[in-house]
Amino acid sequence: MAIDQKTPTDVHPIDFEEDVVQRRPITTQTGMGGHEPRMIAGVTASDDNIVFTTVNMLVNWARSRSPWPLGYGLACCAIEMMATAASHHDLARFGAEVFRSSPRQADVMIVAGTVTHKMAPRLRRLYEQMPEPKWVIAMGNCASSGGEFWDSYATLQGVDTVVPVDVYVPGCPPRPEALTEGVLRLREKIFKGG
Amino acid sequence: MPAPAEPLSSDLKPPVIESDEGLETEELILNMGPQHPSTHGVLRLVLKLQGEKVIECIPVMGYLHRGLEKIFEWRTFQGGIRYADQADYVSNMLNEHCYAGAMEAIANIEIPRRAEYIRVIADELSRCASHLIWLGTYGLDVGATTPLLYCFRDREEILDMFEELCGSRMNFNYFRPGGVLYDFPPGMLSKLERFLDRFAEHIERDYVELFETNEIFLERTIGVGGIPADVAKQYGLTGPILRASGVDWDLRKDRPYSIYPELKSFASVTSVEGDAYARYKVRLGEMRASVEIIRECIANIPGGAVRARLGHVWKCPKGEAYYTVEGAKGEVGIYMISSGGSAPNPFRAKMRGPSFNNLQILPWLLQGRLVADAVAILGSIDIVLGDVDR
Repeated sequence: MAIDQKTPTDVHPIDFEEDVVQRRPITTQTGMGGHEPRMIAGVTASDDNIVFTTVNMLVNWARSRSPWPLGYGLACCAIEMMATAASHHDLARFGAEVFRSSPRQADVMIVAGTVTHKMAPRLRRLYEQMPEPKWVIAMGNCASSGGEFWDSYATLQGVDTVVPVDVYVPGCPPRPEALTEGVLRLREKIFKGG
Repeated sequence: MPAPAEPLSSDLKPPVIESDEGLETEELILNMGPQHPSTHGVLRLVLKLQGEKVIECIPVMGYLHRGLEKIFEWRTFQGGIRYADQADYVSNMLNEHCYAGAMEAIANIEIPRRAEYIRVIADELSRCASHLIWLGTYGLDVGATTPLLYCFRDREEILDMFEELCGSRMNFNYFRPGGVLYDFPPGMLSKLERFLDRFAEHIERDYVELFETNEIFLERTIGVGGIPADVAKQYGLTGPILRASGVDWDLRKDRPYSIYPELKSFASVTSVEGDAYARYKVRLGEMRASVEIIRECIANIPGGAVRARLGHVWKCPKGEAYYTVEGAKGEVGIYMISSGGSAPNPFRAKMRGPSFNNLQILPWLLQGRLVADAVAILGSIDIVLGDVDR
């Protein structure tokens, strides 16, 4: 049946409990990879409870909560990266607002902008100065694949030719929402042990 | 090697470097950048230090050189506008205006009145966005974290309006030879008016209070990085940094373009002290002036088309022109040569980036200063590395 032939009687009346509460969209913001945390009836949090898990799971969970990025602004994307961390699109909601100036204190390198041939060795050195474990987000088209500077004589065609990239965020420049999504995807990846 | 170290003819000379009595000091070479939070990008400064004094500063550029001028030669006339965006990526509209204006100057295109008004509104909004970024990051440079959050609050509103206007928050690709791409969407002008009321209030209430009552900010900027007027002229400075030194040179009135000569509310903002604090005052004053200009444009904006009819396949005729726009940081200029005929792209497009020319004074400014002032002085020049390296 076409959509415009639909009669009002076919419309299912909204049952709040079933349609709204039960069918809440599963958020990936917890970094759990789509699983909703399950509540077990009769168990409440108290000091006596014991949780069984593996060390790996615990460590990955802890790591994924607050990936500290390296404040590594190169070009236009840096302005959007600042906007993501600033008041309107508060990246602190996801624990990734602490932009470190030193690579020794950073977990994630957000390559925000065009990487030129002159900058590429410095980028590699900064990556090597970061302590393990470390991740890289290629922000924007220039860092992902060369983007609109595909035929420039001076730019690197994608930062993945120099350092391994975990998450690519497309856009020129990506909106702050896109970078936030990239950070969330990275959290998922870290939580799964990536 | 950078600019000469000899004192230039002025009352305000760099302080004499004295060897510290009784202290054994040796020269230390400090590399600042290219990865440094206070260099506003990927600038590298090689500072030669004697104790706490900077003896010599050599800026090393080119970490963001993307070959824009060569790319202009490979792109069509219309396609190049998109790349002009990338030079000064904080105030994109002004670069686009310059690139489009160079083509119009060659081809003698008559621009519809409405398009000129839209251009001026977009330009002034872009100028406010650029100064807001400067204000926020300069606050960070001298040790105040809060202003950044306030500045981005207003900048987000400006970017939202740009998005409504042309579909993108940055890198707009909005100007066209002979006009602009789209007209204002319905309800945009009243939204803009409401924003201007808020913004004017925010300037007086928040920014003035956050900066001018902040004793640390005053201590770190007043009397720091002074540039006398004659030195500023000798180094070819333009924009707010020149006007802060007392030279009343604004391309909007001195080399008039677009509809600026007709605007009654336009007045260039100058200051006489020439130090970092004067530059702050000038930029804040320019934001106030921009609000007035946009208000006048909204009141007088005529109807009609927003783009001249140029035909489907437009190619620039033979000729050459140098077109300048008063950018947020100084004189943005494009010298364009069109070979005419069937060539779809410019033969050559040379871009004059104001940040590059303004950066030249840095070695002179830093000479003999304390190393702690280096960041405050560099920040007050307001450079964007995309504009320096291009």
